[in-house]
Amino acid sequence: MSTTYTVPIGPVHVGLKEPVTAWLDLEGERIVGAKIRPGAIHRGIEFMARERNPIQVIYLSERICGICSFSHVIAFIRAIEDLAGLKVPPRAQYIRTLVLELERVHSHLLWAGVACYTIGFDSAFHLGMQMRERVMDVLELLTGNRVNYGVATFGGVRWDVTPELAKAMREMIRYYRREFTPFREIVMADPVAQARMRNVGVLTRDEAVRYSAVGPTARASGLRVDLRKSSPYEAYADIPVEPVVPQDYFGAAHGDVLDRFAVRVLEVYQSLDIMDAALDGLPEGPYVAEPNVNKVLASLKKAEGTGWGIIEAPRGDDTHIVSLKGGDDNVFWWKVRAPTYANAVSWPLMFRGNELADAPLIINSIDPCISCMERMMVTDGGGDPLIVTKTELLERCRRKTFDLGSGIRTKGAGTGGLEGGTTK
Amino acid sequence: MKFFEMFDTNILKVLPKSLWVTTCNSGSCNGCDIEVVATLGPRYDIERFGMKLVGTPRHADVLIVTGPVTKFMRAKLLRVYNQIPDPKLVVVVGNCGCSGDVFYKSYNLDGPVDNIIPVDVYVHGCPPRPEAVIEGVAKAVLKLEALGKTAGKSAVHARRTETREPAAEEVAQ
Repeated sequence: MSTTYTVPIGPVHVGLKEPVTAWLDLEGERIVGAKIRPGAIHRGIEFMARERNPIQVIYLSERICGICSFSHVIAFIRAIEDLAGLKVPPRAQYIRTLVLELERVHSHLLWAGVACYTIGFDSAFHLGMQMRERVMDVLELLTGNRVNYGVATFGGVRWDVTPELAKAMREMIRYYRREFTPFREIVMADPVAQARMRNVGVLTRDEAVRYSAVGPTARASGLRVDLRKSSPYEAYADIPVEPVVPQDYFGAAHGDVLDRFAVRVLEVYQSLDIMDAALDGLPEGPYVAEPNVNKVLASLKKAEGTGWGIIEAPRGDDTHIVSLKGGDDNVFWWKVRAPTYANAVSWPLMFRGNELADAPLIINSIDPCISCMERMMVTDGGGDPLIVTKTELLERCRRKTFDLGSGIRTKGAGTGGLEGGTTK
Repeated sequence: MKFFEMFDTNILKVLPKSLWVTTCNSGSCNGCDIEVVATLGPRYDIERFGMKLVGTPRHADVLIVTGPVTKFMRAKLLRVYNQIPDPKLVVVVGNCGCSGDVFYKSYNLDGPVDNIIPVDVYVHGCPPRPEAVIEGVAKAVLKLEALGKTAGKSAVHARRTETREPAAEEVAQ
């Protein structure tokens, strides 16, 4: 007769970098069920934005997440530019692409290091962190900051890429091409690392589709999804990007933690190529359409409507929907759908059949950004919890969209996402 | 001989030579956390001062708190603080833990951190650079030494009584 024990992990736990609670049902060492409760560090950012003007919200949106801060800023800015019809000069689009790719490199390197730390491979963690400092240096040269860059604004960027900076970037790209391969080989060829990561936390291709996985988590399961290809934005329209999927490199996609590691590592090489191409094609011209912030604010005060911004953040699709009201200084309505929110629902599937010791590794394997995904649930303080099925939820969502009327557009950047990529 | 006499009268006797650090994320945006991780990395290398990150508060001397404290994390932060053996130091890293910063009008915050636990050193910046984190922890050591020389062990214990133990139902979550 087997007994099931429930073991809580978190909210404060050494294996987790951010507070999230997981209850794991165990039979011996095997995990047979899992329940995740987010919500520990909800700060109410969307609510706060209703008391601030769009320029202030740029800096608030950076603080949604410190790792993918620039992705959130660009998604928010693109939503505002979409609704107000602001034009962005080509040079600014290229600079945004450069910073987005620099951010992807630093995020993936951080994740690779932390993943090594989680499996107890401390020397690889330190090797990864040492390499990451080089991209942080370039980010600091370009923007003046290491984490929250404050470099983007409506209609462009705030700092230009000077020739000296372009030279530093080229040197960084050369450095990574030279130094990154040994790191990859050290970790991926290591038998202990392979034993810890191969066939752990498996998410099959069908499950990834059914549970709407995005970004590297979906690509590691073999799905060719990448918004940079399916609905290009900024300079990705000029620079071709192919989704990195493990079956192209290793013959088959397992959808396990090692595949997620491999996808992120290979995306670093891809980012280096994109940065090289963006530096080659960097157009001349102004880097911001309207440098006077007051004029931008005055034009945004008149703007009205709802805009979309959807981009490929280091963790997957990051969607921002913003609504402005004419005559109102502040943001009227703002909705953020961060990639971790879509990926976190796959956690219970990944846990099944694995051992308790692998749980922190599986939690970390989707590169979770808890601060991005926190939601608040308002209850009336009693009664039974309401359980809705996916069909009912879809119906409710459609009814709500119908009630909103013509405020939300049905066509646009948001529609090409997952389906466009999976048909290939 | 003088060197050993110093230890008789102050809390350096119970303070280990190498400070061990634990962190508690009370609602931060990760920005400060990755800078703390960078501080542990090879370039800034906090281990050359004998400091290292430990997994449990029960082994730690210094608590690094990041983030404004959300309502949910209040009891957890208190519990982590109470689990650290005396004498202990609290370093707040980041503007939002010091004052609230961009989150100052949120409905879900109980912070800043000094509303909940006594704080020794504030490190400002959003996020602070790794050098600033190192400076903050070094200042905390100096503060502990000064405190020990003037008032001895009792001063550190007096601070502890200010902190309320979390109620059982708060911890139960």
